[in-house]
Parts: sequence; C-alpha cells; structure tokens
Amino acid sequence: MHELSIALNLIEIAETAAHNAGAARVETVYLKLGVFSGVVKEALFFAYDTATKGTLLEGSRLEIEDVPLVVYCPTCQQEVELPSIQQFQCPVCGTPAAEIRRGTELELTTMEIMSDETETA
Amino acid sequence: MKPRLLEIKQGVLSKNDELAAGLRQRFAEAQVFVLNLVSSPGAGKTTFLQQTLVGLRQRGYSVAALVGDLETDNDAQRLAQSGAPVKQIVTAGNCHLEAQMIETFIEDWDLTRFDFLFIENVGNLVCPSSYDLGEAMRVVLLSTTEGEDKPLKYPPMFFSSDLAVITKIDIADAVEFDRQAALTNLERVHPGIPVLEVSAKKDIGMEAWLDLLAQRLEAFRAVETVTD
Repeated sequence: MHELSIALNLIEIAETAAHNAGAARVETVYLKLGVFSGVVKEALFFAYDTATKGTLLEGSRLEIEDVPLVVYCPTCQQEVELPSIQQFQCPVCGTPAAEIRRGTELELTTMEIMSDETETA
Repeated sequence: MKPRLLEIKQGVLSKNDELAAGLRQRFAEAQVFVLNLVSSPGAGKTTFLQQTLVGLRQRGYSVAALVGDLETDNDAQRLAQSGAPVKQIVTAGNCHLEAQMIETFIEDWDLTRFDFLFIENVGNLVCPSSYDLGEAMRVVLLSTTEGEDKPLKYPPMFFSSDLAVITKIDIADAVEFDRQAALTNLERVHPGIPVLEVSAKKDIGMEAWLDLLAQRLEAFRAVETVTD
C-alpha cells in the first residue's frame, strides 16, 4: 500500500501550484492514471480524502482518467492496446510486444481552483 | 470567487525520479554498479545477497549493501558477516525504498571504493516498482515456494525488472514447483527477460550469477568510459 505516499506527493505538488496561483481553495484535481502504474485507484481515492484534510485541497474532488496499456507491435508496426496487463503480446498478430507507449502514467494534468476576483483581475 | 483551470502536467513521482536521475549520474561517475533487489517477503533475498557478497569478495571485488526493512536490523547484521560494509534502512512502516533514503544513507560512503552496491528493497512486489532508486539493474527474485503465478499477479514489478532469479531451486521438487509454468508466466509479462535458477544455500547456479555480474560491471564501465 503505497497509495498514501502517492497521495501525499500529489497533494504537495497540487498545493504548491494552488498557492502560487493565489487559490483560496481547490475544487477538482485531474489525474491521469495508467493501468500499469502499479497504483490501485480505490486505495488512492481513500488516501486522498484522508490526506487532503487541513490542506487547500480539503473537500476537493479527485477526477481520474484511466489510461489503457498501449504497446508498439514490431510486426504490425503500429500501436496496439493490450486487453490484459498479464500478457505482453500483440492481440492482433500474437507477437511478443514489450515497448510500452502508454499506460504507466501517474500525472497531475490540471486543477480547477477558486481564487479571489480581486487577485486575478 | 471565481473558478479557474490551472495546467500542471507533472508526474506525481517526478521528485523521486529527479533524485534517482541524480543518483544514477553519481553512480556512473563513481563507476559503481548498483543493483536493486526486489521480491515478496521470504523469497530469500537476504540469503541470496549474503552469498553474493561473499562470492564477489572472494573474486576480489569491493562490495557494499543497503538493506531496507520495515523494522529491525536483523538482515543488516546477517549481511555484515560477509565482511562488506552494510547499512540498514529502517523504513518504519513504509513499504518501499525511495531515492531520498538512498541519498541520505550513502552520504558518508566514498562510492569510488566500491565495484558493486546492492540495495535490498523492502519485501513487497507492489510498491517498489514505482520508485526508481538510480540503479543500473533491477533484479526480481521468485522462490520455488511461492506460486508460479506470481508474475501474473504483479506484472509491473516483473516487467520493470532486468533479470529474474528463481531462488530455492534445491527444494523445487519437494514443493512441486512447476518450472515450466513459472518460465511461461515470466515470459508473458516480460518477453525476453533473462532468468537464472539458483540455490544460495546449496551453492547451485551462484557461479553463473557471479559471472553475469562481472560481465555487467565490465559492460557498464566500458560505456561510462566512452561517454566520459
């Protein structure tokens, strides 16, 4: 269970950015999460709610975009989505394919913040 | 108050990744080959590492080890019997090692003294896969007493490793280890991953492992010299 560590890292990055932007509070945090990131989504949601208490992110919503596992197939010469993370094999032609193109993401993409109008004007 | 969108585009583990990149650079400059050993608890990491340290020292290499554990320094004490410098990193409940911890613990070591530095990670096949420690090689251990389907249960760990070592091969028959199934599963989650089969206790396959380390060190130093 390292989702708490992950949540703390996420909150640190988000809080710094929110603070720098003069945010009064954070509404939503958008995260890209690859299915091969090794992070369990449910555990992350739970850790997020607990760890945001007392921060600028308290009460904010964590919005997660799941990213499927996509590899490059050397035979088909194109990117293919793997139906399972347990088999690195092209679902079209059966060639072993281990060049990951997408699916390991653990990235804070965007945040929706609330700021005082006077500061942003 | 009005809502506003902020674009961030930052990896959540970017701080660890940056520290790890810095460590990798330092290891390269010091010409020390660093390995990160991962496995589930009880797979035999400490016994394997102990024999590895002894074997490398007999071949004339200078070695050191960092050992991560949730609690206790029992493993460090066992490893120190090999005569190599060993430090225990007690993570106090943290389920993995992070680059920051490595940086702190190697602070007073002159890395240029060493040929190999082993990092024995916390016994866990999930969390350590996300944390780069600046290692040149990640080695995952799988013991014959575990299920052959471990690779299928923890694909990111086995995928991110450069080598798989099947340990406790001396008792494979007694525990009805299905060797072919294990190899097939490894190949499924990491096509082409090299696999070694060893018993540290009975000294089976250890020579091949030490030969591999010697070769990797030589190749590592050849590359580093070219880029200098």
